[in-house]
Amino acid sequence: MNTRSRLFVLLAAVAALAAVAAVSVLRAADRAAEKDRPQAGGPAVTAGAVTLAPDAPRMVFRNMAWGPHRDELATVPAGSPEAARTASDVRCLRFYAAAGTGICLQSVKGAVQDTYRAVVLDARLRELRHFPLAGIPTRARVSPSGRMVAWTVFVGGDSYAGTNFSTRTSVLDTRTWALVANLEDFRITREGRPYHAADVNFWGVTFSDDTHFYATLGTGGRTYLVRGDVAARSVRTLRSNVECPSLSPDGTRLVFKKRVEGLSPDAPWRLYVLDLATMRETPLAERRSVDDQVVWRDDHTVVYALAGDFGADLWTVPADGTGSARRMMTAALAPAYLG
Amino acid sequence: MYVADSRGGAGTEVRDASRPGPRATAVAPTVLVLGTVSLITDVSSEMVTAVLPLYLVAGLGLSPLGFGLLDGVYNGFSALVRLVGGHLADRGGGRHKAVAAVGYGLSAVCKPALLLVHSLPLIGAVLAVDRTGKGLRTAPRDALISLSSAPETRGRAFGVHRAMDTAGALLGPLVAFLILRQAAEGYDAVFTVSSCVAALGVLVLLLFVPGGRGGVPAPASGVPASADPPRPTLRASLALLRRRDVRRLTVCATLLGLSTVSDSFVYLLLQHRLGVPDRWFALLPLGTAAAFLLLAMPLGRLADRMGRWRMFLAGHVALLAAYGLLLAHGPAYAVLLLHGAFYAATDGVLMAAASTAVPDELRGAGLALVQTGQATARFAASLAFGAAWTAWGDRTALTTAALALTVCAVCAVYLRPAPSK
Repeated sequence: MNTRSRLFVLLAAVAALAAVAAVSVLRAADRAAEKDRPQAGGPAVTAGAVTLAPDAPRMVFRNMAWGPHRDELATVPAGSPEAARTASDVRCLRFYAAAGTGICLQSVKGAVQDTYRAVVLDARLRELRHFPLAGIPTRARVSPSGRMVAWTVFVGGDSYAGTNFSTRTSVLDTRTWALVANLEDFRITREGRPYHAADVNFWGVTFSDDTHFYATLGTGGRTYLVRGDVAARSVRTLRSNVECPSLSPDGTRLVFKKRVEGLSPDAPWRLYVLDLATMRETPLAERRSVDDQVVWRDDHTVVYALAGDFGADLWTVPADGTGSARRMMTAALAPAYLG
Repeated sequence: MYVADSRGGAGTEVRDASRPGPRATAVAPTVLVLGTVSLITDVSSEMVTAVLPLYLVAGLGLSPLGFGLLDGVYNGFSALVRLVGGHLADRGGGRHKAVAAVGYGLSAVCKPALLLVHSLPLIGAVLAVDRTGKGLRTAPRDALISLSSAPETRGRAFGVHRAMDTAGALLGPLVAFLILRQAAEGYDAVFTVSSCVAALGVLVLLLFVPGGRGGVPAPASGVPASADPPRPTLRASLALLRRRDVRRLTVCATLLGLSTVSDSFVYLLLQHRLGVPDRWFALLPLGTAAAFLLLAMPLGRLADRMGRWRMFLAGHVALLAAYGLLLAHGPAYAVLLLHGAFYAATDGVLMAAASTAVPDELRGAGLALVQTGQATARFAASLAFGAAWTAWGDRTALTTAALALTVCAVCAVYLRPAPSK
């Protein structure tokens, strides 16, 4: 082939490849636009005031139903999850709230890349303060009193075909605005001995009060349940193979995701409940792999997200191993029970 | 437009009649084409790398933690693949282009494959194949660069190639971002565009890199057949280590590799020791890449003049200075600048230095050998550094690494592989 025919082949290929690329981008753009239009048969969503005040039992969550209110915080009465949704204009990827304090982890469009931030909200969803995030939001929690806030983000994938991900977990005091940017700075006691390592990761904080919390510590390919103390800036391990613990409202039990031997590596987790007095574990009736930090609806039932037609659906299961899993609502994520 | 190095005596060169004079200033067209192929391929790869975390977490709703656990195992395999790639490329008198094309092709088919797999283990497998392709193509590509450049300008040729390669790595994330801006959650569009870009890279390689015996001098020309068999055997490739220069170069590169703290640790240290804010964390690798991009060509050129081996050592002095700044709480931008300078002074420069020591017909295997020694040492260093951090904390681990680097650098000076360039 001479240079001319080579150039011709190149130009023809560039044209063909550019066409394929353009079509794929246009189709994806169409699909994205479609998600902004309400889907027939989807939940009814109307704009309105959303509050975190404890005046009535309600649930606030990220609405994932297609339409103009997609990804906005929305609310329904706690007792009727299928009711029409009232949506605010606050968009969050992850959300949690307690006692009138909300934490919203959201993305911010930028000129050359999107960034993420954590926004602390008051009971009327007004921003109190915001903090930049180092990665993609995954978990958010508020202490029962509404004073302490914690979040976890994923950081990583920054080298050629990089496959190493890490987490960054921060804890914030909303009274003093003192921020622990990285829980990895806390003193770690692992199985009774001081421990430090470069591969330490924390995720999934759940507060027992404004000082104490439980969380997951990952290091050396294993995960541990830790109990932490914000005042003493320390954590110690309690047991292994516990991820994303969530403390019951009465403070006696943790529901967590456990990596179970022999399951497919795509779906390795099952939900378990741990009795903190006896340290006995019981599997819950949900038989599928759950990759979420569950939320307690009351002292007997937990709520969690599983993949659904609109991104995610919320399911419930009794917290004692009995009964069976039930779908509570479609197109919703990151619920918080208030009031 | 290519050059056959001297194989027999010192300093005598067998030159192709079509080659321009020794003072020629232009970079060989083949180097520019290979640079273009690398640029295009890196745009494609880095598009995927940039969106992968978001795709896994937000798109698929997965927790990718511990996703990289097999990286260690894979590193060993990757080293093997590189050696195989170098050796295969030499067989048959210069199949560099063919082996490189297989490597680029393998990575290219991984991009559309990402559209089809939706679980962590399968995505991990696709990325492993992608990296196998990268391992396979690196040595033959570098062999082609060295074989198509005049010996006295190889440092610059590699510098140009590395600069183009890095430019692609910086552009990729930008392209991915622009696509996601047009189409929210359009990860499939990112993968499709990445596939098209990767295919274009392979096509440019196939169309414009001279192939087979046309691209690389036939090994038998002007050389006694007994000394240089036309099909280098595995034994011949391994016997490279019996050559003093090759052995010393490999030993030195390996020694220095043993005291190199891996990139991810450098960024972790920047954050731990210098308190770089979280929001800048994702941008740290861009700092290194930008410095690498800007310095690759000037330092490559300088290496041609002052000696590649000296430049290689100077690069490690820059790294040592970066360690020093990390220990002394110096400014973060200076650490990144020195880190980028380290790459600019060592990455392509080592290949240019190794090219001088390895005969043409074993160029692929020779370069693969040096690269593998270095990469394996760096991986071991990374494991050791992690263990040292766990046992002693980051400060002591870094001090130890700095001492080790000093000792290794002194040894390398003492072992100096070649008195000349």
